[in-house]
Amino acid sequence: MLINKPRDIKASEITDYVMFKRRREFIKTSGAMLALGAVPMLLHSPVTQAKLVFESLQKSAFSTNEELTPYKAVTTYNNFYEFSTDKRGPAELARDFKSRPWTLEVAGEVNRPKTFDVDELIKLFDLEERIYRLRCVEAWSMVVPWVGFPLHKLIAHAEPNSRAKYVEFETLYDPERMPGQHKSLFGSVLDWPYREGLRIDEAVHPLTILAVGLYGEELPGQNGAPIRLVVPWKYGFKSIKSIVKIKLSEDQPLNTWQAQAPREYGFYANVNPEVPHPRWSQARERRIGEFLKRPTLPFNGYGEQVASLYRGMDPTKLY
Amino acid sequence: MFASPFAQQALLIKRLKPAVFLLCLLPLADLIYRGLTNQLDADPVDDITAVTGTWGLRLLLITLAVSPVRQVTGWHALIKLRRMFGLFAFFYACLHFLTYLMLDQFFAWQFIVEDISERPYILVGFSAFVLLVPLAVTSTNGWVRRLGGRRWQKLHALVYGIAVLGVLHHFLQVKADISGPAQYALILMVLLAYRWYRRRGKQAGKTRVKTAERGQILKPGVLSDTDV
Repeated sequence: MLINKPRDIKASEITDYVMFKRRREFIKTSGAMLALGAVPMLLHSPVTQAKLVFESLQKSAFSTNEELTPYKAVTTYNNFYEFSTDKRGPAELARDFKSRPWTLEVAGEVNRPKTFDVDELIKLFDLEERIYRLRCVEAWSMVVPWVGFPLHKLIAHAEPNSRAKYVEFETLYDPERMPGQHKSLFGSVLDWPYREGLRIDEAVHPLTILAVGLYGEELPGQNGAPIRLVVPWKYGFKSIKSIVKIKLSEDQPLNTWQAQAPREYGFYANVNPEVPHPRWSQARERRIGEFLKRPTLPFNGYGEQVASLYRGMDPTKLY
Repeated sequence: MFASPFAQQALLIKRLKPAVFLLCLLPLADLIYRGLTNQLDADPVDDITAVTGTWGLRLLLITLAVSPVRQVTGWHALIKLRRMFGLFAFFYACLHFLTYLMLDQFFAWQFIVEDISERPYILVGFSAFVLLVPLAVTSTNGWVRRLGGRRWQKLHALVYGIAVLGVLHHFLQVKADISGPAQYALILMVLLAYRWYRRRGKQAGKTRVKTAERGQILKPGVLSDTDV
């Protein structure tokens, strides 16, 4: 349901994008090398890794037809404390982030635990385009065209046993590559590695995806390369980035923000305009690119799909 | 006849004043430039709010630092810049408040009232702003005369409380990384400690030391040696 009218023949259908990029890189590098008279070095020059482009994505009935937030805003306005607590910081500090090689371990209460190479994992499932609203707990929102696959496919692949009641996720811990994880004068910003968790029924809900790209390209570092969670009816911090481990467990995990400020962040963190954050209102939000605030919808507008997951529970406890 | 050191300094400061004035406008100029060239953050309102708030607080601390700096360095003529710094602090605080009112809330009074009554950081920031108003109004020489030096000083001692509120306003918004507001808190603590230390020393030696040296170089009424 893209609003942009697709061109008849994409340039990328004529020339493979990866080849195109590599050719560019080759021309650039060799030109520079020749200029330097360093021809022998050319033989040893590494091939620069080009961005992956995802073609022929399945469309999804879950996608919204709202106007997309521009690519530039999606990739320069990020909360990713592993790099910086400043929203402009991650885009700069993650520019050279190497997301390959990358492994993702699936472990815990499953019959088939396995450590996947991320590229191998991407090939395992059909990739879809999912255009979702993203509502940050800071009261701003975006509309992002993600590329990914439903998490339930990976969970089914791992064959959970009857004790699997929760799913825990963990971000990479590597201060050398993620400078925000270094201790400052005032200690660690958060207790690394970043952890998040879902109840199993939330995790296998068809809306819950693992994203590997946005706008048809691989995820930039600042958006959680190479693989991240997207749970559109919860505040953005639930959608954990740069995942290295998924563990199915019997007990409810303690998430990073929950541990950091238990009075402000609960386990569920469902978008709810009725329950203010202790320090600010959640009744309205500013859609990035718009001036006037708009009302925030319960479950970020996905109530029809997910409200039944919480039947019988006190909605004010679901923050 | 030679000019006194104070007069020489004063002349220099007088010449530098327009440059300092323009320097104080630089953050606003940068904001306008980025606005016109489409370089503001993806959430421009948030960007403008942060810049104006930060500079309001910085200029408030600079204002507070004028007296300690001139006492330590002997550059007493710096006092001639203090009112300008203070008024610039008020200027950025006004922009900050107007950004909240007009750009962030767009005059949604219901939400503004709710914010002020229910969100401590808004209440704290709003109080700091309201308290700045009488100080800005009475910043003129005329008001110093009308109130009398002593009363004027008492009123303007409020600025310390305002600075504490300003730093607190910043602190209360932090989600995890306290390093930003902690830096301002540290600077404010040093300034407050200096003042406390000096006052204590003065009280102890009140009878011994006449503030003759300082008394000479300061214009009575406008510039007191115990300036706040």
